[in-house]
Amino acid sequence: MLREYVPVLMIFALSLGTALLMVIGSHIFSQYRPTPVKSQPYESGIPALGDTRERFAVKYYVVAMLFLLFDVEVVILFTWAVVFKRLGLFGFVSILIFLLLLVIGLLYEWKKGALEWD
Amino acid sequence: MGQLSTTAFLISSALKVLGVFTIWLLAVAGVTLAERKVAAWIQDRSGPNRVGPWGTFQPLADGLKNFVKEENLPAGASRWLFYLAPVISMFPAFVVFAVIPFAAPLATPWGGVNMVIADLPIGFLFIVALGSLGVYGLVLGGWASNSKYPFLGGVRASAQMISYEVALGLSLVPILMLSGNVSLPGIVHQQQQSLWFVLPLLVGLLFFTISYFAETNRLPFDMPEAESELVYGFHTEYSAMKFAMFMMAEYSNLIIASALIVTFFFGGWDIPFWTGDDLRYAADGSIAGGQSAWWITLLTGLAYALKVGFFVFLYIWVRWTVPRFRYDQVMALGWKILIPLLVVYIIVLGAVMLLLEGAGITFGTRYLLWLTALNLILMLGIMFWLDRSRIIVGTGWRQMRPQQAKPRG
Repeated sequence: MLREYVPVLMIFALSLGTALLMVIGSHIFSQYRPTPVKSQPYESGIPALGDTRERFAVKYYVVAMLFLLFDVEVVILFTWAVVFKRLGLFGFVSILIFLLLLVIGLLYEWKKGALEWD
Repeated sequence: MGQLSTTAFLISSALKVLGVFTIWLLAVAGVTLAERKVAAWIQDRSGPNRVGPWGTFQPLADGLKNFVKEENLPAGASRWLFYLAPVISMFPAFVVFAVIPFAAPLATPWGGVNMVIADLPIGFLFIVALGSLGVYGLVLGGWASNSKYPFLGGVRASAQMISYEVALGLSLVPILMLSGNVSLPGIVHQQQQSLWFVLPLLVGLLFFTISYFAETNRLPFDMPEAESELVYGFHTEYSAMKFAMFMMAEYSNLIIASALIVTFFFGGWDIPFWTGDDLRYAADGSIAGGQSAWWITLLTGLAYALKVGFFVFLYIWVRWTVPRFRYDQVMALGWKILIPLLVVYIIVLGAVMLLLEGAGITFGTRYLLWLTALNLILMLGIMFWLDRSRIIVGTGWRQMRPQQAKPRG
């Protein structure tokens, strides 16, 4: 029923309110006296070298792309798993084919070295 | 006794939300203290013992101190994201509990009250959806700081958490296959009627626990903050209350992980070997399965707290016992071991379940005992197969042993 969602909105409002109150409250109650040295980014005590927001390893992008593929797979598996007992053998064979395709994909990524970190 | 009227429903919901939220905040404070106390106990020292009896009021003192301390804003940081990141981190950690049942339903003069904040028909998806929002807080916090260590911590956190998101999702599939519904009170009820799912899904529990350790960034997998490499990881630049909020989010996630393990595998609020608590809330507001009483609700709530407390302790215990993995080992464990093994596990489980149905055994204790036997065999197989540096480089016992000195002749 739709009214079951009202408490969810309540706890959303409560958590968000508490979190915002903490940030704003501590902003009001605490002191802030910045000095150029104090507001330097921490880099083990030496002056910061270069810019932080440069390019970084492409590995992370590859992992993100793999994640997209496999997470969609998981979502499809969820829907299948809920009705698994009703679908019976037909559903099982279908999901076997589906999983086979994805496992081939995973093996391909593995052999191509997309999962290696060095 | 029937369904609650709208007013009574709103009042009972508001009371439940406020009650659970208060207990939750206290529990988070308690876990921060428990972490330090257990650490001290394991390392044979005293731990916090100055504020109040046995240091009980330490979290209170910490909170007050964090509230009035100077908050730092690093030069060049993205101001709004920097302030927003702790909020985004804390928000999902505090709302996921909304769909987890925590006690037996209670009959009141105004109608039956289900002891879960929101009995959503999509409770399972709610957890998966909101649980994965936490990664935004970490990544934004790392990115907004404009500092190198937090930045590295942030990208590591994102890669690790989304990798284990897949393994976590896959380890939830066996539960859905066995229970056949996505409502958490329904899953708890099925476990009450038959066996706790820890037995028929033993291998699933193993994978679920490992994935959740990685998902909450707890120690064997705490790549995002690895203090020996990244100073303090994604929240190096945070101070005062915003730092405390990241900590609260972390410990809140820890409790959620324990609560989920208990709900999915250890019968939720069920008291074992006692049929008096097999109560079930029906949609029309009636409570089936026995006589409801306030003391049953209270007892089951306590049993639930006890079980969750045990798993929180397990988390802390592991943190102070096991050393940290290397980053490549963590990623290899996720992609090369957990995901393929989980796919195999799902297929084997599905095949055996179909065989059992074909043999005319319907869902019940006998059915689950057969699955238990299967899981024990699979568990043995995994124990034998256990990776010895074949897939994850550098974890094998061969490398750990010092080279045998050749006898000089």
